[in-house]
Amino acid sequence: MSAADPGTPDIWELRLYVAGQSPKSVAAFANLKRICEEHLPGRYKIEVIDLMLHPQLAAGDQIVAIPTLVRKLPEPLRRIVGDLSNTERTLVGLQLRPAQNE
Amino acid sequence: MNLQNGGQSVATPSLPKAPTGIQGLDEVTGGGLPRGRPTLVCGGAGCGKTLFAMEFLVRGVVEYGEPGVFMAFEETAAELAQNVRSLGFDLDELAKQKKLSVDFVRVERNEIEEVGDYDLEGLFVRLGHAIDSIGAKRVVLDTIETLFSGFSNAGVLRAELRRLFRWLKDKGVTAVITGERGEGTLTRHGLEEYVSDCVILLDHRVIDQVSTRRLRIVKYRGTAHGTNEYPFLIDADGISVLPITSLGLQHKVSNERISSGIPRLDAMLGGGGYYRGSSVLVSGTAGAGKTSVATSFADAACRRGENCLYFAFEESPGQIVRNLHSIGLDLEPWTKQGLLQFHAVRSTLHGLEMHLATFHKLVKDFRPQAVVLDPIGTLVQVGTRREATAMLTRFIDFMKVEGITALLTNLTSGQDNLESTDVQISSIVDTWLLLRDIELGGERNRAMYILKSRGMAHSNQIREFLLTDRGIELQDAYLGPEGVLTGSMRQAQEAREKAVALAQKEAREAKERDRARKREALEARIAAMRKEFEAEELEADRQALQEEAREKVLTQDREAMGLSRHAEKASTKASQRVGK
Repeated sequence: MSAADPGTPDIWELRLYVAGQSPKSVAAFANLKRICEEHLPGRYKIEVIDLMLHPQLAAGDQIVAIPTLVRKLPEPLRRIVGDLSNTERTLVGLQLRPAQNE
Repeated sequence: MNLQNGGQSVATPSLPKAPTGIQGLDEVTGGGLPRGRPTLVCGGAGCGKTLFAMEFLVRGVVEYGEPGVFMAFEETAAELAQNVRSLGFDLDELAKQKKLSVDFVRVERNEIEEVGDYDLEGLFVRLGHAIDSIGAKRVVLDTIETLFSGFSNAGVLRAELRRLFRWLKDKGVTAVITGERGEGTLTRHGLEEYVSDCVILLDHRVIDQVSTRRLRIVKYRGTAHGTNEYPFLIDADGISVLPITSLGLQHKVSNERISSGIPRLDAMLGGGGYYRGSSVLVSGTAGAGKTSVATSFADAACRRGENCLYFAFEESPGQIVRNLHSIGLDLEPWTKQGLLQFHAVRSTLHGLEMHLATFHKLVKDFRPQAVVLDPIGTLVQVGTRREATAMLTRFIDFMKVEGITALLTNLTSGQDNLESTDVQISSIVDTWLLLRDIELGGERNRAMYILKSRGMAHSNQIREFLLTDRGIELQDAYLGPEGVLTGSMRQAQEAREKAVALAQKEAREAKERDRARKREALEARIAAMRKEFEAEELEADRQALQEEAREKVLTQDREAMGLSRHAEKASTKASQRVGK
């Protein structure tokens, strides 16, 4: 559970794949921003990749569903698909839950 | 040939089709898969779905200049490239030329957390990008059902798949979508609901430990198609589908005659031998000489410089060649020159369809003018009689369409009716030679006759069939009061006849001599009589002379007497006396 240790990664690198300005994409970005501000203030970096503009980037991270959030750091790599409307499950998916418990 | 278009008329090309380049499949489908529409290829594990899809794509690139995208859900690009390299497909090279693009889509359930709404736009983007970047006309999705194991929201998946197939149609690409066969359904997740234009089912069955691959077109909207199950084969050249059952009777016929390799048999067959492109059945009991007839035919074909393909199910090529030395046939030069090719396998090696598929392939590759199948009866061991009959019918039809002269041998067992074959193909062959043993006088001898030969005036005689060290000889069988005599009985009979003839000749000569002797005797007698007569004549002449002499003497005496009496001058007196 080293990845979940508090303070291990200085910066959380998150990448959000979206397709244009679809409602799901917009909602996902908004939800992600809110969760990070709450749980990782000042320790996160969000990169939004619009596949409509850069379709060639989809294969690299094995993107099938949209929107997809990829946690690049800390390792291991995690993938969360959906508009992240459920905060609790997003936190579990990002493995932020144990960190909050401490 | 105006007779064409008999059995397999294909609908007018209302529906554009994309040829697959897969051997035989385009014949069955009447031109290929529906162009610009998705086709579902389904079947169980290991039935050849991926290979089918890959061959469709690669042949599309290589043979029809249509670039393609392969979206793999189960194997990586490297694995795929490796798997098809043995078929001579170089995916890396094609990818380098921007003609083919392989995209591996990995979906791992345990890596994915689902939170809220999503769709599969990512897949669309990837596919769309791949299609656009190489201008693809063909797309393969292998096996898209894997998505069902990666995502839990089946409702979303179904809606997205429906959208995907719609989207593929709008893109105008010809797509092949593979699907795993489910229990009682064509695919496990009911893909057939979405792909309704064309569905092809692949099947891999094992019956009696013999495996057979089959292909069936379950549905093909808007076109006529073959509905049978077609056997297919996967080998070094990829997939070959065998559309033999779709053949009609429309082959060209030839009037050319070719030698059977046995001069007297040619003479029996109306003088010229078999018709080119006809099928010949040689049936007979064990050891009747079927293989010898078959190899004579093969030898004759090679002598004409033709290719001959010899399927041997019971003997190895080496054994056949060795055994034929004993009847003065040497096939070795032909095999060395590549004119004669043996294909020796046990009939139980694989299923009937596989055999047929192998025949097809070898015939297509080697292009022989003559083919020998020796013997066909063993094929019954693989399947049932009915299956073997169907297979051989297809084989013979195929030979006829290709214009190849086929010679098949068949073993008839002792208790069976001689004039039948255990695979019941006698009615479809053109020429039927029967070899049989005739048991007589403690000997078995071989005899041959022509049971039928379509389209030629053939001999109706039974000939004795001799295997000599100079090849096969056909002797006139002796027809005596007790029937046909063969072997030493025939020789004995011939000897008897010779003896009788000799005796008659001797008698005739004796008579001749007798007459000559008689004539001699007669002539001798005539000569003796003549001699006797001559002697008598001589005697008579002598007596006449003596008498004359005596009379002269008498006259002289009288004159002398008159002179002595001094009557007158001797001479005048004598003459006066005479005048008185």
